[in-house]
Amino acid sequence: MKLKMKWILLTMVITITTVLTACEPLLVLDPKGPQAKTQADDIMLSIWLMLGIVIVVLAILVFVLLKYRASKQPKDYEPPHIEGSPIVEAICIGIPILIVIFLSIISVDSNYKVEATPEGYEDQEPLIIYASSSNWKWHFSYPEENIETVNYLYIPEDRAIEFKLYSYGPITSFWIPQLGGQKYAMSDMVTTLHLAADQPGEFMGRNANFSGAGFAENTFEVTAMTPVEFEEWVEEVHETASPLTSEKFEELLEPGHLGRSTYTGTHLEFSPAPEHDHGSTDNNVEEDSDIEDHETHDEEDHSNH
Amino acid sequence: MDFFDRFAVPHPSFLIYAAMVGIGLTMLAVVVGITYFKKWGYLWREWITTVDHKRIGIMYLLTALLMLFRGGVDAIMMRYQLAMPENTFLDSQHYNEVFTTHGVVMILFMAMPFIIFFFNFLVPLQIGARDVAFPRLNALSFWLFFMGMGLFNLSFIIGGSPDAGWTSYFPLAGNEFSTSVGTNYYMIAIQIAGIGTLMTGINFITTILKMRAPGMTLMKMPMFTWSAFIANVIIVFAFPVLTVLLAMGTMDRLFGTNFFTTDNGGMDMLWANLFWVWGHPEVYILILPAFGLYSEIIPTFARRNLYGYKSMVASMVVISILSFVVWAHHFFTMGQGPLTNSIFSITTMAIAIPTGVKIFNWLFTLWKGKIQFTTPMLYSILFIPLFTLGGVTGVMLAMSAADYQYHNTMFLVAHFHNVIIPGVVYAMLAGMTFYWPKIFGFMLNEKLGKWTAWLLTVGFVLAFIPMYITGLDGQARRMYTYSESTGFSLLNMVSFIGAAIMAIAFALLVYNIYYSIRYSPRNIGSDPWDARSLEWSTHTPVPEYNFAITPQVASTQAFWDSKKNGHELFKGDIEKIHMPNNSGLPFIMSCMFFVFGFAMVFSIWPVVIVSLIGILACLVYRSFEQDHGRYISVEEIKETETRLRGAKNEGR
Repeated sequence: MKLKMKWILLTMVITITTVLTACEPLLVLDPKGPQAKTQADDIMLSIWLMLGIVIVVLAILVFVLLKYRASKQPKDYEPPHIEGSPIVEAICIGIPILIVIFLSIISVDSNYKVEATPEGYEDQEPLIIYASSSNWKWHFSYPEENIETVNYLYIPEDRAIEFKLYSYGPITSFWIPQLGGQKYAMSDMVTTLHLAADQPGEFMGRNANFSGAGFAENTFEVTAMTPVEFEEWVEEVHETASPLTSEKFEELLEPGHLGRSTYTGTHLEFSPAPEHDHGSTDNNVEEDSDIEDHETHDEEDHSNH
Repeated sequence: MDFFDRFAVPHPSFLIYAAMVGIGLTMLAVVVGITYFKKWGYLWREWITTVDHKRIGIMYLLTALLMLFRGGVDAIMMRYQLAMPENTFLDSQHYNEVFTTHGVVMILFMAMPFIIFFFNFLVPLQIGARDVAFPRLNALSFWLFFMGMGLFNLSFIIGGSPDAGWTSYFPLAGNEFSTSVGTNYYMIAIQIAGIGTLMTGINFITTILKMRAPGMTLMKMPMFTWSAFIANVIIVFAFPVLTVLLAMGTMDRLFGTNFFTTDNGGMDMLWANLFWVWGHPEVYILILPAFGLYSEIIPTFARRNLYGYKSMVASMVVISILSFVVWAHHFFTMGQGPLTNSIFSITTMAIAIPTGVKIFNWLFTLWKGKIQFTTPMLYSILFIPLFTLGGVTGVMLAMSAADYQYHNTMFLVAHFHNVIIPGVVYAMLAGMTFYWPKIFGFMLNEKLGKWTAWLLTVGFVLAFIPMYITGLDGQARRMYTYSESTGFSLLNMVSFIGAAIMAIAFALLVYNIYYSIRYSPRNIGSDPWDARSLEWSTHTPVPEYNFAITPQVASTQAFWDSKKNGHELFKGDIEKIHMPNNSGLPFIMSCMFFVFGFAMVFSIWPVVIVSLIGILACLVYRSFEQDHGRYISVEEIKETETRLRGAKNEGR
């Protein structure tokens, strides 16, 4: 019986490690940018540490089961009454505390890393892209380049990118596993996600947060390219694409799935992002803009229905 | 015609119609059966109106097993849908309904009644009481819970099931994006069941604080009672949040308020925050009693006292406090900034410390023991490594920067099933097997029981370990389909096979119950496991009044001491016993709640008003009712005692 269990757990551990280390690399553990690298490193570190803990617990368990099972004991053996020892319990508390302190330091450090411009990219201006979701699409607005795309994203490699996320509907979560973890996009505020790609390539991006019937197909494609190629693409868009009008944008917001499309101009001009500070440092000026924001919002929403 | 249109399922399919017919026929068969065997009177007198904690407990158990079946069917359907890429077994809408109801049913209508069954059956027996502090309130708790459960399950065939996830995040769950009545069911059914649970919490805190046998100080309570006490304290603190939250959600959906809407100043994050302020303590409400059960079972079969009683209690207290300060770890990705995330990351990891203490204490309880591998013990031993695995992945998830990658993926799904199944479900099955002889007077078959435990474990490992891997490979949770090119198909197929094996294990459990009812010997005495705490010191079946003489307690394992160290439990003479009277009022009032809930779901206001008046009338009637209970005479007690002792002696 114990053997069986040992086998099952052994196979389990072996499967995990082989799949994690060998085979095709898993998306999250195959980072293509500094943020995803930080996260993948944390993940691998914690996996090894946690594997150690599981093995220790398992070893103690198997040992006591083998040593103290009834069939190995003499018939008249009466187990002793043991209340508990302060020293043993102090060790049982102390070691986990040390592990938690160690992981806390790493966790806090990484928190500040992933919430800032990626390391090594601080010297350049980040590229700002507004990524907004609607049922069940993603709209990418490049305010500086003055273009907008639907369901696909072109980014220059080796440049920090600041995504401004919000939603025209349910809460969604913007996620490009190989570039870094996800963040929510919500309808009444803008969140910021810092990413960067350190090599060219094509990556999967999706909404990770359940948002209704079309959620499963709510994906987009990300292409990282050299800065020169990116500039060429921007120029090409300006030459070929049609301008995004508010009527066209309303049409795009209709629930459903769409393929890729490209426009000049962004929807930010006629349908600005809900950028206002919630709660913190509210002074009068901001308050005013808040109210304005809400008003424009209301109008939009009514015209939506 | 419009009026009736609302009652139709908005998105029907063959499966739903087949289920409707199936449910209809089953209900009909039950009604016909009861009438044919003339059992209505028996049902009313012995079960529906009962205030006996043991019978209420058994009704909780039956509900939990029924819901385990329902939630399990949901689970199999999901796993089958995902076993192959681009499967068309379920469409998006059905899949969304299925995972929503799976979550709600398993947490609120399976795990909750299962632990409340143990509260009900065990706590009064473990503390040497005759019943809970408020027996009639207890009946009301059960019936409210039952009606909430019934109302929720009704959504399946009338009006459509909720489809916004068990977390029901707004604005997705708001009127704008969830137009069917499904989410109304969610708000109102859970509300009604939740009120019942809140009353359970009040009831058991009072029972444990006020009704312990003489000599049983707080630090001499059996560990399960301790865990029940702390879980109920958490219930009383956490459930009011749920009540308020669901009321706000109901108002948003039915009365046009804007708490969580996308415009007019609504805040969708408010729902997520309040939901998890309740939701996180809720998982500890489930896991602490499970820990309590393991703490009863492991010492019994290691044949040793529980190692580190004091640190066990202390760790539960610490967990209960920490459980209220970690809720934001459910949405590290909401954009609250690195400082907030760091604080919640550390508090979350800190929970691993008291939990680790408990794991080590169980291991040290086995140390120098004389370990017997019975079915309950097998579950407990399998629990330790599997739960450790779930616990350490929890620590991984607590690292907030890395959580940006785990969040909303199958990795998370794997983690919480990895703690809930070996943690809660194994404990429930272990506890059920362990206490089955005390409840029903015969043992469950050991061989079948062990097969069930092993099959369940093999199935569990196959079903959930692959999810850790697909999660890291980018499979988001709650996707009803995926394309071949993602490469998820092989591991999802393995998951489905695992789920199927778990289903076989459940079938085996049911067969075991059937087999044991038919063939298990009945002359097993009152203490078949040679156990340690007070609940085993009374007769099997347990008489209505539990103990003819109130026991005197001097240690944490009073019954063991009475067997081995000559401690005298029952001193003095039999006296007449005061017991509460049965009452139909809780049932009637709960039925009105059911009508009220149904009318609210469909906004049928006249019925809402009438049922509310009915509920109020019940409250008023109860306030003026004079019911001082009744006495069981000394002769009657002596007669019962002789009869039960006789049964036991025959067995020996």
